[in-house]
Amino acid sequence: MPSNTRPSQAHYVAPIEETPLVAIDSVKAEGKPSNLWTDAWRDLRKRPMFWISAVMIVILVIVALFPTLFTSVDPRYCQLSLSNQGPGGDSLLGYNRQGCDIFARIIHGTSTSLAVGLIVSFLVALLGVIFGAFSGFYGGWLDAVLSRIGDIFFSIPYILAAVVVMSVFSQYANVWTISLAIGAFAWPATARVLRAEILRVKNADFVMAATALGVSRFRILLRHVLPNSIAPVLVITTISLASAIVAEATLSFLGVGLPSTTMSWGNDISQAQVDLRTNPQTLILPSIALSVTVLSFIMLGEVIRDALDPKARAQR
Amino acid sequence: MTSTVNGSDVQQSTTGAEERPILEVKDLEVAFNTQEGKVTAVDGVSFTLYRGQSLAIVGESGSGKSTTAHAIINLLPGTGHIAGGQILLDGQDLAKTSQRDMESIRGRKIGFVPQDPMSNLNPVWSIGFQVEEAIRANGIATGRKEVKARAIEVLKQAGLQDADRRLKQFPHQFSGGMRQRVLIGMGLAADPQLLIADEPTSALDVTVQRVILDHLESLTRELGTTLLFITHDLGLAAERAEQLVVMYKGKVVESGPSLQILQNPQHPYTQRLVAAAPSLASRRIQATGSVSAAEASMSEDAAAAAGDTIDLIATAEARHEAVEAAASKAPAIVVENLTKVFKIRGSGEFTAVDDVSFQIPKGTTMALVGESGSGKSTVAKMLLKLEDATSGKIIVGGKDLEKVSRSELFELRSRMQPVFQDPYGSLNPLRNIGNTIAEPLYTHKVGDTASRRARVLELLDQVSLPRTLVGRYPNELSGGQRQRIAIARALALKPEIVVLDEAVSALDVLVQAQILRLLADLQAELDLTYLFITHDLAVVRVIADHVAVMQKGRIVESATTDEVFDNPKEQYTKDLLAAIPGANLKLGA
Repeated sequence: MPSNTRPSQAHYVAPIEETPLVAIDSVKAEGKPSNLWTDAWRDLRKRPMFWISAVMIVILVIVALFPTLFTSVDPRYCQLSLSNQGPGGDSLLGYNRQGCDIFARIIHGTSTSLAVGLIVSFLVALLGVIFGAFSGFYGGWLDAVLSRIGDIFFSIPYILAAVVVMSVFSQYANVWTISLAIGAFAWPATARVLRAEILRVKNADFVMAATALGVSRFRILLRHVLPNSIAPVLVITTISLASAIVAEATLSFLGVGLPSTTMSWGNDISQAQVDLRTNPQTLILPSIALSVTVLSFIMLGEVIRDALDPKARAQR
Repeated sequence: MTSTVNGSDVQQSTTGAEERPILEVKDLEVAFNTQEGKVTAVDGVSFTLYRGQSLAIVGESGSGKSTTAHAIINLLPGTGHIAGGQILLDGQDLAKTSQRDMESIRGRKIGFVPQDPMSNLNPVWSIGFQVEEAIRANGIATGRKEVKARAIEVLKQAGLQDADRRLKQFPHQFSGGMRQRVLIGMGLAADPQLLIADEPTSALDVTVQRVILDHLESLTRELGTTLLFITHDLGLAAERAEQLVVMYKGKVVESGPSLQILQNPQHPYTQRLVAAAPSLASRRIQATGSVSAAEASMSEDAAAAAGDTIDLIATAEARHEAVEAAASKAPAIVVENLTKVFKIRGSGEFTAVDDVSFQIPKGTTMALVGESGSGKSTVAKMLLKLEDATSGKIIVGGKDLEKVSRSELFELRSRMQPVFQDPYGSLNPLRNIGNTIAEPLYTHKVGDTASRRARVLELLDQVSLPRTLVGRYPNELSGGQRQRIAIARALALKPEIVVLDEAVSALDVLVQAQILRLLADLQAELDLTYLFITHDLAVVRVIADHVAVMQKGRIVESATTDEVFDNPKEQYTKDLLAAIPGANLKLGA
């Protein structure tokens, strides 16, 4: 073999000062500890999209909690003589068909939309986590039963189901019942996503290590499996909040949602539809409020999803 | 004669005529753009390769060896790009070649055999289709019949005898070794001048690895192909290549003729690597005399720089004395006629573990060695009661595992702890190090918060990690450090038995040697009994007292480590021993 060696391939050794050795497996000890959540938060803080949507959501929450800070006009005090009058004078955005102040109604309608969104997303997360976690982690007959229940609910479009439920129980319509009607049919998507995540995580070695330690099954689910599979649920929940707001508006628009006495953007849009050609602003203005709110939550969901996905993070 | 060969002692090769190097890499620099800015992965790498030669680039993970290979065929992933230097293939600079020209060079002039035969064949297309595609892409043959004929020829050449019959089969019907043969065949399909093989056999069993490498060697010699090898295994590199390039953190630290480097490593990093390579160390134990010679050759400042140089021989020798004392004690683990049968849907039953019996004396190490599918991990799982035995007996600390109650099992678990192969998967990424190590204490309700914390710090000391790691998370640690954490967690309850399931297989050699020494130290200190499951016979020599060789669910040979290594009785054991890369190298002679 040595005969095959050319002069330019002679034994070469790099000068040690140019290639200094480091201790094997040296530990980096400076900087803050980091895990998935702290990394995601560090990443989120750098994204303008996150700040835009967060600020908008904070404003919306303040508006919902303290509407009188933003308008002193009573949204229920309506004068038919002012019907469909344009902006000017006391009114920032004009009046609707009933002669109510549009701006005041938008401000006071915010709490309804947000409340429906929050209650529905809470319900969806709760049902989704219970069904998804138990069916994914325990498997077997429990999985079969829970998954089939999920399939049944999944096969009915939740808007259609809510329309049916709300028209049957129209006398009980309020924020809580409409949220229940939407939430009861919107959870299977969350459950499916979580179930898939749980199936992935439960085969990890750290689960086997915990089993060998003698940690109980339920504790393994709570301590090890669920925290490692919850990230997609967070994303879906944020986005489902937005779709719940849309669903409420849809139901109210169709006349099977909240009673007309409850102030809601959906109701206002519904009532303005007859004036669409003559006074489009009475319909467009509450619609804009609805879109901006929905957009804020969808943007937040998207930006959280990107931050939680290390692969997406690395590519930027 | 060309300009590349200069000056005085021109040593003409016997074949003559080809003084121009086929591949010349000059000051190659490869960089990746990341969020933190430009990161240089390969920094000033140069080497020369002549026609018909074989050269191996050796390095640990992250040393830049694969990046160098990918730069040569211009297949750098993501944001990687060549930031400087030249890659001359027959005088043509590949660093400045357009993507389109590169396409005609790949395959035709440079063949490539990728690392993982499991994922580099498309599972939805038949083998024949994929080989024919490669042949068509390189324009070697046109027309359906010619292409098919050539595909069969290529596969036969790669060692698939019944190629014509197997063309229609799909990748999942091929074993790992056969898939690698297909990939080698595809790499050589267009008869390239240069074949780059990126860790071509690291995913395969040793005996298969040996056959494949033998075949690759004879094939390239026959065709006159120049071979560029990428590997992490120094023994394998030295055995298979004439020339070595040792890379470390993106730089070449030493290069030259293989034997020369192995026998007389100059750079402290190479010295460390040679000392730590288990495959080489296992030979050096027999030749005790040469050990001191190798150590003496280390220059003084190098020895100082490599303060944590690993010496597996000393570790191994210390172990031998301990074992003799242990032989008389009662066994910590007794396994009798253990059998595990898996029911497979459709195709009946599969006996993963077949009538296995062994004993492990307290305070000693028993290695269970076998290739993938030999049933060794299933034995470990049954011992840990993560899997139920079909029949047979496992007695741990005098208790029959089949008959224990739930509370007895819970108690047994505290005395028997596992360490798993993958240090990236065995720690919960969302729990910090302190909580991870404290979990066994918490689960078994040992002590209060303060005493648990004290124990965690004590364990971190024991596995030689700084106490400041308590608040950190696994993703901030390297593989070796994670494995130390896993060991610390396993030791938290002061167990008597530790089951190490391929616990060092995923680690780089230097780190591997460190962990092996740590395990040996801990054993001496705490009188631990180890069951060491591994596919790597080279590691066994330095860690185990007894060896049981498993094949297809049965123990084919079982004896003390020395007996198995010096005087193997079974052909299978002999094959395994012969397949250890670098085993045939004579060092320091």
